[in-house]
Amino acid sequence: MRLLKLVPDDTNIQFLRWRVPFFVLSLVLIVGSWGLVLGKGLNFGVDFAGGLEVRATYTQSEVAPVAEIREQLEQIGYESPTVQQFGDDNQVSIRVSLPDDQSADKEAAQNAANAIVAELRDAHPDFRLDGNDNVSGKVSGEFRNDAALALVLAMIAVALYIWVRFEWQFGVGALFALLHDTSIALGFYALTQIEFSLQSVAAVLAIIGYSLNDTVVVYDRIRENLKKYRKMPLVELLDLSVNETLSRTVMTTLSLALALLPLMLFGPASLFGMAAPLFLALIVGTYSSVYLAAPLLIWLGVTSDSFVPEETATDRQEAAARKLT
Amino acid sequence: MLEFPTWKKVWLWGITLACCLAALPSIFSIANARWPDALPEPMVNLGLDLAGGSHILLEAEASQVAEQRLENMEEAVRNLTRNAEPRIRIGDVSTQGGSLSFMVESTADVDRTRELIMPLVNGAGLTREWDLQVVDQTRFVLTPTSAGLEQAVTDAMDSATEVVRKRIDELGTREPTIIRQGDTRIVVQVPGLQDPEQLKALLGQTAQLEFKLVDQSALPADVAQGIAPAGSQIFPYAPGSDFEGQSIAVRRLGGIQGDNLINAQQSFDQQTNEPIVNIQFDQQGGARFARLTQENTGKPFAIILDGQVISAPNINEPILGGSAQISGSFTVETANQLAISLRSGALPVDLAVVEERTVGPDLGADSIRQGVIAMTIGSLAVIVLMLVTYGRFGVYATAALMINVLMILGLMAVLGTTLTLPGIAGFVLTIGAAVDANVLINERIREERRRGRRVIAAVESGYKEASRAIYDANVTNFIAGVLLFMFGSGPVRGFAVVLVIGLFTSVFTAVTLTRMWVADWLRKARPTEINL
Repeated sequence: MRLLKLVPDDTNIQFLRWRVPFFVLSLVLIVGSWGLVLGKGLNFGVDFAGGLEVRATYTQSEVAPVAEIREQLEQIGYESPTVQQFGDDNQVSIRVSLPDDQSADKEAAQNAANAIVAELRDAHPDFRLDGNDNVSGKVSGEFRNDAALALVLAMIAVALYIWVRFEWQFGVGALFALLHDTSIALGFYALTQIEFSLQSVAAVLAIIGYSLNDTVVVYDRIRENLKKYRKMPLVELLDLSVNETLSRTVMTTLSLALALLPLMLFGPASLFGMAAPLFLALIVGTYSSVYLAAPLLIWLGVTSDSFVPEETATDRQEAAARKLT
Repeated sequence: MLEFPTWKKVWLWGITLACCLAALPSIFSIANARWPDALPEPMVNLGLDLAGGSHILLEAEASQVAEQRLENMEEAVRNLTRNAEPRIRIGDVSTQGGSLSFMVESTADVDRTRELIMPLVNGAGLTREWDLQVVDQTRFVLTPTSAGLEQAVTDAMDSATEVVRKRIDELGTREPTIIRQGDTRIVVQVPGLQDPEQLKALLGQTAQLEFKLVDQSALPADVAQGIAPAGSQIFPYAPGSDFEGQSIAVRRLGGIQGDNLINAQQSFDQQTNEPIVNIQFDQQGGARFARLTQENTGKPFAIILDGQVISAPNINEPILGGSAQISGSFTVETANQLAISLRSGALPVDLAVVEERTVGPDLGADSIRQGVIAMTIGSLAVIVLMLVTYGRFGVYATAALMINVLMILGLMAVLGTTLTLPGIAGFVLTIGAAVDANVLINERIREERRRGRRVIAAVESGYKEASRAIYDANVTNFIAGVLLFMFGSGPVRGFAVVLVIGLFTSVFTAVTLTRMWVADWLRKARPTEINL
């Protein structure tokens, strides 16, 4: 049986020829993402904004009365609620953030949820409460701090690990690739206005882990080749390393994509906000390993000397012992 | 590298089988099949977002504990000095700024007062509870020590947790989880609850019941403006009571608290047929209640619940039997709730619901079904990719992948971790990523073969050279997973759990197990050519 080969043997694509334009593109993407995050803002869910989210089914209706719900909520004083269909046609998700003057009141989210459920149930007896999340301003503030802390710590910790295992240039390169990937993921949340919740933070942290996966594989090959080909020009060596790992990169990206795609299409509706950015990051992460993590090594001045096998202590002892005899 | 002594194989197969067997009860349960009772059943816990249920985070204010403690101290000091022989007269009592300060009217009494209140200051435990200062010769200032206050908050939260547990048990829900969290929080998780409203109403009720004498000397005009006569304080009537919107002045001291109850039951008034709550004092409380009603027959007293007056009836006759009834515009439901709350004791502090997450059982079941479908399709697609790309080595990768999923489930069951909705995403991600190790190894073997190495040498260096990158990549994922577990909460932790367990099992299955299988095949078949 002939086996499938997605990437032909011994490719020799000069990836790094285009490193400067791609680097500029990456910078533009990073700046653009942050522009989106700061300008358009993330669509914070109740986890981070505080407030309440109610999910409900209108069991006897074909379609949930979205417009009517919105009107009802505005009538009882909740301005600009987010009401959208969620899952089946007769299911809705209703999100209301608390007015600023109530964010100090610990029970405000609770009371609002009770009022809203009572109101909607009165209007439609077939209203079935499927679930609700009420988060007070205080707790959501803590979630925000914890999430930011976790993201920053994760990036620093993995970059430090790369530095210890490789060289400082590799640590910096990995950190920059991570900044790139997480920025774009956040920019994606801002652009699509997919709800940014605790799950999204989990997704971004997973992106940090997996985007580094690619970087590590490419770096590992670069380190190996630096030891093997001491005289090869760096650009050529990096190209060789990327080419040698190309079929692995394609295969792994493809298998992750094959696993994530059904989750986006057939998985639970509430996991879409997690699966979509992971899927995007898959592509972005692969690109950043090749076009950010690798070329940065050139500009940071990696040389073969970094990886000349050092004399170990036992080597020295043995040499000394030989001298004595 | 490809040597596998028998003892090693026995161990590897043993671990694999044990983990996979541990997964069986959970799989039976997801498939709705019956697991034989006679066998042990380690089970993956389903998170509330999958099984349905309520997660409620309650928070108390530490400052409220401090205030109450100050008030109790004031009452204790007043009682001690009043009952001293001869009586010590004190005045200018104030509880401003968190300290209790008062003046002893005669300088001769200063030493006696100090002696008298010393036991209160030192407290019963090992830590000194108050700092005592005497300024300007006759002014006593009592400031709570921070250690004492901390202890008081801890004690209050401990007993609050106990009360919460009792109230939830009264509802008859199954397997509630009630945990103290941080200094002033309690987490309550109740699976499969049908009526979270009832639960919240029950937990939100402090149920501090007080009986206080009405201050009849207060002028109605002053009371309406919130001005209380000296020694009295103003309480509003509860919403729904007969005088809603009005207030009443009651004497601050000399009332009794409702914490000496042994029972409380919802019942009906024999004349009006309105729902009421019957309460039964214990011996001490009954005696005090009898004395209060004996000494004040004919006067009105207020029944106050959580700072709101339910009713203020006249004491028609002394109540000596230690039982009483509370009436005041209850419905059967609210009367029943109050009875439960009073039975299980008052909360020593108010608890506010600062976070609530409830998921209905239908939604959770849908999520599991859709998650399993997505996972199955994803796994099949990955398996097909492995088979068409790597042939025999793809079969090994597939076997490793399937064992991997079983092992994760099994380990989760044995470790007692919880599978949540994001955990399902973790499974999907792990399935996609676990084969990365096989891809790295197989591509490396291909490469080595192209460079002209013989089969055994190529396989050997394939595993050896690839393992460095596999190791580094897994460590970085591990770091991200651990941070997520540390800072994440609830369902998100379930994601981290699956990822981290999946890292260990995927290295075990994709590297160690496949190497054993490949080595076996190489030794038996001794191929000179491999199709890869």
